[in-house]
Amino acid sequence: MMTDLILAPNLDNTDDFYAALLAAHNGLSEGESHALNARLVLILANHIGDEGVLTQALDAAVKARSGPGQGAD
Amino acid sequence: MVAVRYQTAFRLYPYEKSVDQEAARPVRHPVVIVGGGPVGMALALDLGKRGIACLVLDDHDGVGMGSRAICFAKRTLEICDRLGCGDAMMNKGVVWNTGRVYRDVREVYSFDLLPEGGHRRPAFINLQQPYFEQFLVAEIRRQQAAGAPIEIRGQNSVTGVGQQADHVVLHVDTPDGPYRVEADYLVACDGANSPIRTMMGLDFEGRVFEDNFLIADIRMMADFPVERRFWFDPPFNRGETALLHKQPDDVWRLDFQLGWNIDRKAELAPERIRDRVSAMIGAGVDFELVWTSIYTFRCCTMETYRHGRVLFAGDSAHQVSPFGARGANGGIQDADNLGWKLAAVLKGEAPAALLDSYHSERKQAALENIKNSARSADFLTPRNPAHALFRDAVLDLVEHFDFARPMVNSGRLSVPCIYDGSPLNGPDALGGGPARSRPGAPCSDAPVRDGFLLDRLTGRFAVLAINAAVPESLSIEGQPLDVIPLSAEDDATGALAHRYLGEAPCAVYLIRPDQHVVGRWPAFDPARIETAFSQATGKV
Repeated sequence: MMTDLILAPNLDNTDDFYAALLAAHNGLSEGESHALNARLVLILANHIGDEGVLTQALDAAVKARSGPGQGAD
Repeated sequence: MVAVRYQTAFRLYPYEKSVDQEAARPVRHPVVIVGGGPVGMALALDLGKRGIACLVLDDHDGVGMGSRAICFAKRTLEICDRLGCGDAMMNKGVVWNTGRVYRDVREVYSFDLLPEGGHRRPAFINLQQPYFEQFLVAEIRRQQAAGAPIEIRGQNSVTGVGQQADHVVLHVDTPDGPYRVEADYLVACDGANSPIRTMMGLDFEGRVFEDNFLIADIRMMADFPVERRFWFDPPFNRGETALLHKQPDDVWRLDFQLGWNIDRKAELAPERIRDRVSAMIGAGVDFELVWTSIYTFRCCTMETYRHGRVLFAGDSAHQVSPFGARGANGGIQDADNLGWKLAAVLKGEAPAALLDSYHSERKQAALENIKNSARSADFLTPRNPAHALFRDAVLDLVEHFDFARPMVNSGRLSVPCIYDGSPLNGPDALGGGPARSRPGAPCSDAPVRDGFLLDRLTGRFAVLAINAAVPESLSIEGQPLDVIPLSAEDDATGALAHRYLGEAPCAVYLIRPDQHVVGRWPAFDPARIETAFSQATGKV
């Protein structure tokens, strides 16, 4: 059984997480922000630990780049 | 005229005029091997021990100068044991098990290669390539004295090759002028720039990595421990990587990443190199430069390793980046795979189609080696800012969290390929059998009474039975097999049971001459063994 990537809202308090994410980037240069995001991706990937879910997440992130109406299907 | 392409470290087979050069018509040999490097010599030794006459043509008269390959893996040592020269390698080599990874001046982690117990050989030894080749040739000399039909001709340079329906014609140049020789089979072990491949107009496709590395092998009396040390962004080579590794004779391998746009000539100036070395090992330490070289690398493979009666082995067939020591070790496994197959075909015991499995199995292995060594290279040489971003993120994380350790890639060290899906594989009918010993896998070593299991696999097909009844002797199609009846109690450590029984109470394995598993069953059934044997020799 492959676990499906959760693409429906799944955070109890979305606004709190989003604010915390912005706060973590406050005062960082563009380069430092990129580095922070890269570390965060690797930490989350290790926590998820499921190759199938990670592959779906990569696909979803790549697809969402194409703009409105063409998001994850 | 035979051009001198490099200096030799040991002159092992000086040119002598052969009777073939005076023959009225070209003399036919069963096997001609072109190239007397590690792969060609290992193959010659294997074939000679099997009674197959083989002729090695090398355009030099000995072993090339320079350490070059220095890390030889357990599987290579096991193959050398079967060929009779494993002890020579071990006696000279340096055993190492610990690797340390540094960033700047900080050690970020260390690893043990985790050589599990119960193997005769360690995970790795370090040994300069000229010694490795010298010991192979020494064993060839011993086998020749005992009657093995091996011949080595130095300063014999192949200038032309032509394939006929039932043989190959070679044009050979020597100090006494040209002659021709014929072969039933030709094996090109003539290196990454293979002249045979070029003469035949064959492809060699892959990726070039835009980076240069400086090797400085130095001799020094130092009390650095015997371990592999790897640096990211050290003060003595800012923004690049560096490696320190011990070799025999108080020689140390220093490897400096230089980047892509360099002044090659300036970097190779001895004074420049000496400054780099001193910055690395400390200004007060005395040393002598033994060998220096700047290398670039690529990961390439031929489409097909068998072209009729011409086979390609080692770097001539595939080339990898040096990270992970997969070049020479992969090449030795090519020889190991090809030796018994070529011998079986030439003795009429197997159809020529068996040689196609040499291509399919070793291409599978080469792609695995290329994948692993290319990934290491990508980590060490990020190709764009995003790659560098993630590489640096991994290095930032590893200083704080263990989870990032497996992401640090300074080389995934050579392990043999499991030939999953090979047409030679028989059934996996052993319920609960360990995955590591499935059909296609190389046999793991294990202690057996006062010796080791692999010492009993002598180069013939073998039936290994654990806790299962087998006949005392066994022949199939007139060929005798090795029969190895064991009990799990033959190994008090439990390794034999763990590696071959798993959850099964008893097991029977059919094992190929190169020590890879054909098939496995819960009990001995002669009909099933015979069917699997036919399949493993390309008859089905």
